[in-house]
Amino acid sequence: MPNLDHPAYPADDLFHLESLVPCRESQVSMLLSIFGERQQFSFPSIFIYGHTSSGKTYVMQTLLTTLQLPHVFVNCVEYFTSRLLLEEILIQLQNRSPGTEQTSPVHCDTLNDFVRLFKQAVASQKLQDETLYIVLDRAEQLREMEANILPAFLRLQELTDRNVTVVLLSEIVWELFRPNIGCFEPFTMYFPDYSIGHLQKILSQNHPPEYSADFYAAYINILLGVFYMVCRDLKELQHLAALNFAKYCEPVVRGEANERDTRKLWKNIEPHLKKAMQTVYLREISSSQWERLQHDGGEPGQLKGLSAHTHVELPYYSKFLLIAAYIASYNPVRTDKRFFLKHHGKIRKTNFMKKHEKTSNHLLGPKPFPLDRLLAILYSIVDNRVVPTANIFSQITSLVTLQLLSMVGQNDQLDGPRYKCTVSLDFIRAIARTVNFDIIKYLYDFL
Amino acid sequence: MKMERCLSFVIYRPVLDHYFRSTSNDSEDTVLRFITCQSLWSQIKSETEQIQEDMNKQLLDNLVSFLSRSHSDFQEKTTEWTSRMKFREIPTAALVLGVNVTDHDLTFRGLSDVLQNNITPYVALLEAKDCPGIKNLMQKLMGQLMNCDIDVDSLEDEDCVQVSQNKIRCSMPSLISWYESVTKKTDSETPSEKRNSSSRHWQSPPVVVVFKDMESFTTKVLQDFIVISSQHIHELPLVLIFGIATSPMIIHRLLPHSVSSLLCIELFQSLSCKEHLSTIIDKLLLTSHFPFKLGEKVLQVLINIFLYHDFSVQNFIKGFQLCIVEHFYSQPLSVLCCHLVDIKKRVYSLSHDQCENIRRLPSFRRYVEKQESGKQIELLTNDSFLKEETEKLLEDLHVYHENYVSILRCLHVFTSSLPKYPLGKQIRELHCACLENQVWETNEYESSLQLARMLNKTDLVTMLQQCVEILVSSSGKEFDKTVKHLKEFLTQFQNLEASEASQEQDVSVSSQKELQKKTDLYHLQKTLLELKESRRSKKLTKFEMLRFEVVDYIDRLVRKYLVPAGDRTLHEIVYFNAATVLRGHLNAAPRTALHTALNNPHWYLKNEALKCDGGGISNKAPDICIVYKLHLECGRLINLVDWLEAFSTVVTAAEEPNGDAASSDQVDDIIHARFIRAVSELELLGFIKPSKQKTDHVARLTWGGC
Repeated sequence: MPNLDHPAYPADDLFHLESLVPCRESQVSMLLSIFGERQQFSFPSIFIYGHTSSGKTYVMQTLLTTLQLPHVFVNCVEYFTSRLLLEEILIQLQNRSPGTEQTSPVHCDTLNDFVRLFKQAVASQKLQDETLYIVLDRAEQLREMEANILPAFLRLQELTDRNVTVVLLSEIVWELFRPNIGCFEPFTMYFPDYSIGHLQKILSQNHPPEYSADFYAAYINILLGVFYMVCRDLKELQHLAALNFAKYCEPVVRGEANERDTRKLWKNIEPHLKKAMQTVYLREISSSQWERLQHDGGEPGQLKGLSAHTHVELPYYSKFLLIAAYIASYNPVRTDKRFFLKHHGKIRKTNFMKKHEKTSNHLLGPKPFPLDRLLAILYSIVDNRVVPTANIFSQITSLVTLQLLSMVGQNDQLDGPRYKCTVSLDFIRAIARTVNFDIIKYLYDFL
Repeated sequence: MKMERCLSFVIYRPVLDHYFRSTSNDSEDTVLRFITCQSLWSQIKSETEQIQEDMNKQLLDNLVSFLSRSHSDFQEKTTEWTSRMKFREIPTAALVLGVNVTDHDLTFRGLSDVLQNNITPYVALLEAKDCPGIKNLMQKLMGQLMNCDIDVDSLEDEDCVQVSQNKIRCSMPSLISWYESVTKKTDSETPSEKRNSSSRHWQSPPVVVVFKDMESFTTKVLQDFIVISSQHIHELPLVLIFGIATSPMIIHRLLPHSVSSLLCIELFQSLSCKEHLSTIIDKLLLTSHFPFKLGEKVLQVLINIFLYHDFSVQNFIKGFQLCIVEHFYSQPLSVLCCHLVDIKKRVYSLSHDQCENIRRLPSFRRYVEKQESGKQIELLTNDSFLKEETEKLLEDLHVYHENYVSILRCLHVFTSSLPKYPLGKQIRELHCACLENQVWETNEYESSLQLARMLNKTDLVTMLQQCVEILVSSSGKEFDKTVKHLKEFLTQFQNLEASEASQEQDVSVSSQKELQKKTDLYHLQKTLLELKESRRSKKLTKFEMLRFEVVDYIDRLVRKYLVPAGDRTLHEIVYFNAATVLRGHLNAAPRTALHTALNNPHWYLKNEALKCDGGGISNKAPDICIVYKLHLECGRLINLVDWLEAFSTVVTAAEEPNGDAASSDQVDDIIHARFIRAVSELELLGFIKPSKQKTDHVARLTWGGC
């Protein structure tokens, strides 16, 4: 007895559809009731939201293709301008039926053109008595296009006077979409996250042909036990499952354990999965490298991850420039005298030791400083005399392009540019160590 | 490569032509110098390119194998369960190239050449400055890809028209349809046509997109591009290459996990630029292939710029090129800076002026002073005698170079393994020390000899073997005896091993016995003390004797061959020593120059009237100089009225020293206008700017003297 039930569609199709969308039956039946029969007008716009990989795109696509409803499916990230987006919808519409090959390229600059061309296309495709669905995936991108795009799509049925429904898919809530001038409110619908049971059910569905479903389900159970805490992304989990399955089967292949020996299999796979969580999952090493390691039976320790290569080699003066920038970013201006003047006086020192703000500057983050201050600090921390050559200035610029410094308010170069140092304390300490400079002694926070 | 070479000549040719050919009578061999300079540079250029290629080979090979692996499943179209279940990630190579951004271009050019020859014709190189938005990125990408296709089969004219990029929609589907059409085309080509394009590539070659400067790309553009292309990875086999200057951590800083999980990132690291420089110095400077040499100061300038400022090998080579041009331009005798085979011919065709030039060389004058009086007169008056002598001296110089390099390498073998490296770890440091002055006079040399006398036997033996290898492979002819000597040392060491083993055992056994005999504590202490005494005063073992001998022998070699080049006669001909000129060109100090020009106009204008003593301001100086000097005395904010008054005082001071008080109250209109012009010039130069804090005030933008 199928859960999905609708008089307009054949029961076979519905049954097939249900098997394709596990754990989303209630949402699908809800959508079906909104859609109604083929020729019936549906709600003008539907807004579907839910967390990453909660099946929004998949459910919509499966639903529309299985029931063979006329539809256009567009990803808004891919068509990044309104023109591209509108043209793409028209092209897909024209190419729907294989008989009518598109002859002339579509030109559609404005929504006005779009409405006109849309009507033509609907007429030529003979879609007048069927609801046409336009699905806009990643609809949050629409907010960055012209202001009229989103309200117009919401009212497309009214504007074109045709039987059309626009479905918006997004990961964020409708409240963040609503333009301040107001618009037609779409029907909003929420796709909740898959629970662990759902994930188990979905992941176990696609078991490899060589092994039994139970065996694979046990594996998925172990996998979820390790990864559920950090990752609920279905796609990612599926990927990880496929990557590590070979290792899980190893004892069985070697004949050391049979498929029912869950404990033995668990002992074999668990440390391996933990290692995978620290490496492949974080993209420290790539999945192809991981597979090769598995294949060769090597230890993952021998392959250094991306974050192991933090060391950056810099020219001598660049190092000092960076150190000076760090000091300038994290020390208050008035303390410069205390750090860099030889005779700053004893009495003043005690005054300075009283910290006015209790908060550490490192918690507040880097502060911008002018170029002159940077150079002044540079001259006082480098032992020998530094000539302010063109090379020094170009080094500052290249530090900016390397994103070790960042420029603040870059509109006025003549005004004396201001910079911020963006590197971390650990990084700058490593740099300072290579030039034998004790940076901690020069930081107000560590006084 | 060709472009580059053309460019460098485009820059230099007019200059060279102008300078070298301007003198109507060619008494100083200008044309010949120019030709020599050009041929020398082209030799060096091809040598450096070769080095570059060799150094990048390993990296490129790795990348090529990565790329050929990356889309193997795209080729085979597998339907296996794991490949079906796995998420299709975009293969990505993170290419860590170091902070010397100027060198990257060459690497990328080499990379794209290699890729186009071996893997795929579809390579696009993107730079951050061209891609502020995803739209520009797609435009750039499609433009490059579709043009490269036209390059490959330029025979088919009608297709070129079809893909004029402006008409094409900049979206992934058009890229995909383009890709399908080009790959299909290669499939349907007749076998004869196939040979030129598809034999080198596979049927569906990957499309490689290189992000040259990953750090400068905005997060949004990268994210969008990756998201888009990951959706089409099944239709378009894309491979990304990220050129990274800092550390691969930047990937995680730029991309959130949801995006970086679409990538399959592998790390590739290029050779460090310091190693690159060492190789370049090794192959260009420490060799006798090229007659041109760098003096100590010049080399130091180039190395300092490299180590202190940019880490750029390309800039080092450019600096080297500048040295060559400068040397051949400024030194008339550089015509003799050529290979040994040409020297004889060139020396004998020298003009009288050139002979006089030789006589004027300081090193030659020193040489003449040392000769007996008869020869002195001959040298100073007889041109043909001078030429004979010059040829001999130049040949000596050549031999000196050959020997110098070999012995320098031997010495480096010793010094590079000493603790704390008193003479430097790199051979370039040793080279500089030897060029500067007599290295054996320095304290560092003394201490390294001390340390060498404490080396253990295995180290010493391996070092000696290395020295023998260096000397045998060197081109110097004098080393037969030295090699024989070193080999003798080696055999002596081997003999020692046998004899010492037996001796050592004797001593230890006897002392052991003695210790065993006495059980009483007092006696034991006494014997131990005695043993210690005897060991201290004990005469040196055979090994120690031999070690002293070896070190002394090396010392003798150094004293004989590593004479600083400045002491050699005629060194000015092949050594370029004008370090200040080079520094002025390569390490310019604009602030200092500007300050000098404004503060001391005499420096540039060479007008005697402008010569001023101390801090005084001459009223004859240009207005801007007066204004500048006055503004140096002010604080952060400058009152314009006060400034104008001071200006008019300075300007009028000398003109009418006893001027009446009435006229000085009212500032002359002309002076006013001059002042305003000077102030706006200063503003243009960036010394001051109008301030909003106080009316009638301007803010100073500089501090201190410069």
